[in-house]
Amino acid sequence: MNDVIIADQLTKKFGSFTAVDHISFQVKQGEIFGFLGANGAGKTTAMRMLCGLSKPTSGTGLVAGFDIAHQQEQVKKSIGYMSQKFALYEDLKVWENIRLYAGIYGVPEKEIAPRTDEMLSSIDFLSEKNTLVKSLPLGWKQKLAFSISIFHRPQIVFLDEPTSGVDPVVRRQFWELIYQSADQGITVFVTTHYLDEAEYCHRVSIMVDGKIAALDTPAELKKQSGTGSIEDVFHQLTRGATRKAD
Amino acid sequence: MSVVVENIHKNYGAVHALNDVCFTAPKGEISGIIGPDGAGKTTLFRILTTLILADSGTALVDGFDVVKEYKKIRHLVGYMPGRFSLYQDLTVEENLKVFASVFNTTIEENEHLIRDIYQQIEPFKNRRAGALSGGMKQKLALSCALIHKPSVLFLDEPTTGVDPVSRKEFWDMLQRLKGEGITMLVSTPYMNEAALCDRISLIQSGKIFKTDTPENIVRDFSGILWAVCSNHMSKLLTDLRKHPAVNICYAFGDSHHVIVNDPQLQPAMLYAWLAEQGHEHIDVRPIEAGIEDCFIHLTSGKS
Repeated sequence: MNDVIIADQLTKKFGSFTAVDHISFQVKQGEIFGFLGANGAGKTTAMRMLCGLSKPTSGTGLVAGFDIAHQQEQVKKSIGYMSQKFALYEDLKVWENIRLYAGIYGVPEKEIAPRTDEMLSSIDFLSEKNTLVKSLPLGWKQKLAFSISIFHRPQIVFLDEPTSGVDPVVRRQFWELIYQSADQGITVFVTTHYLDEAEYCHRVSIMVDGKIAALDTPAELKKQSGTGSIEDVFHQLTRGATRKAD
Repeated sequence: MSVVVENIHKNYGAVHALNDVCFTAPKGEISGIIGPDGAGKTTLFRILTTLILADSGTALVDGFDVVKEYKKIRHLVGYMPGRFSLYQDLTVEENLKVFASVFNTTIEENEHLIRDIYQQIEPFKNRRAGALSGGMKQKLALSCALIHKPSVLFLDEPTTGVDPVSRKEFWDMLQRLKGEGITMLVSTPYMNEAALCDRISLIQSGKIFKTDTPENIVRDFSGILWAVCSNHMSKLLTDLRKHPAVNICYAFGDSHHVIVNDPQLQPAMLYAWLAEQGHEHIDVRPIEAGIEDCFIHLTSGKS
C-alpha cells in the first residue's frame, strides 16, 4: 500500500526552542495512526506542519504526495480536519453547516444536496437536517463534525482530540465511524488524551520532548515494554520528559 | 456520612435533569459520579453546593440541610466547577488571595494543604490566570477550592480534556488530600478513573442506578463477556451484531467485547460461525468485565 504521509527529519524551531526535533515516520493509506504525547511534547506543532499551516524549519514532509513546505494549498485540499475545540457553527442548521464546508472545499454545486442526504442517512441523522447545531447533544455534534470533515472525500483526515468529554457509549459510535472511513481507504491521523483509545489504532507513536520516543502497533509496544496497557507504556516513556508544559 | 441525598428531583421545563436521586458519600472517601454528558452530574453538584434549589427531596452536607442551612454549607465546601471559573485577568497569586480573603483566611494558614500543588504553579505566580495551560489552570483551581480547608470538596469533571500526565498527577494529589480527611465527590467521564474512587455512582438520564465500590460493581456483572478479534475488525463488528446469541457488541480497542445472551453458546461455536462468515485469525476468549463494560451493560437497557 502507498504511504500517504511521509515525514523525514521534520523539524520546527521557534527561536532557540526546538518544538519538533527531527521526526521521521510514514503512514499508509487506510491506516488509523494514533499520535500521542503529553501537552507540550510537540504534537500540535507537528500536526500543523503536516496540515500545511506551518512551514518546517528543516526536513521534508509529503502529504498525499504534496510537499508540505511548497505545495501547502494542494495539501489543504487533500485533507480533512476536525478538532474538538472548534468544529461546527452553533447558530447554523445541520444542513447549513454541511453546505458551508462543502462550498469552502469546492465540492461541485450539483453534488452537494444529494451527498448531504446520503451522508446524513448513513449516520441515521436525516431527520435532524433542519435542526440548529446548538441544540444537538455533544456526542452528536462530534459525529456530525467528523462526517463533515470527510465530506469532500479527502485522502487523509486529521483529528485533534476528537472525543474529549464524550461518554463511553458515544465514544464507541465515534470510533465505529472512524473504522468505516478507514475501510473506505481514508487515512486517519488522530491525537487523543484517552490512552485506551490508542488501542483502536493500527499504529501509535508517542512523542516526548519533540522527538518520537516510540512507534509501533499497540500490541508490539506493550510487548516491548513488558506492560499491560498503552497507559503504562505512555507513563514509562514520559516519565523521563524534561520539557514541562507551563 | 458526609453527604446524604434523598429523593431529589429537578426539572428544567419538560426535562427531568434529576429524577428521584438517592445516594450517600461516606466521610473521608472519594466518591465518583460517573455518567454521560447531560446525565445530571453538574445539576447534582450545584444543588449540593447550594447554588440552585431542588424541586423536591432533601440533601445534607456534613449534617447541614442544603436549603435551610445553606450559609453553613458554603463555609464548609470547596467547589471546582467543570468550566474554568477563576479571574482570568488576575494573576495566579491574586486569585489565590481573593479566595483566601473571601473565606476570611490567608494563604499561609492552610499552606500545608496546597503546598504540593501550589509549588508546581508558583514559578508562574505573576502570570495572569487566563494565560496558563490547561493543566496549570486546573492546579490553580484546585488550590483555590482548598484554601479555606473545606471538609467536603466537589470536583466537577476536573480532568476532562487534560493530558494524561497532568491527569495522573491530579489523581495523586486527590489521594494525598484524602489522607488529610477531606471528603471528595468527583465526576468524570473517564472510566479508568472510576477505579481510583473508593465508591462510584453510575448516573444516566437523571437517575443514579447503582452505587457501590468499583470492586463490587465489577463482581456483580451478570452477563457472559467475551473478547473477540479477527483479521477484519470492522466487518467483525457488523457480523457479530447479526448473531442471534449476541446481546450487545461494542468496539473495545484491540478487540470487540461481546455480551452473550445464550448460556448454551460456547466460544468454539462462535469461532466456527465467524469462520463461515469469512473471518481469519479469529480469537474468542471469555474475559472479566471492567467498569466500562458494566456501565455499557447497565445503561444499554439489555441487562
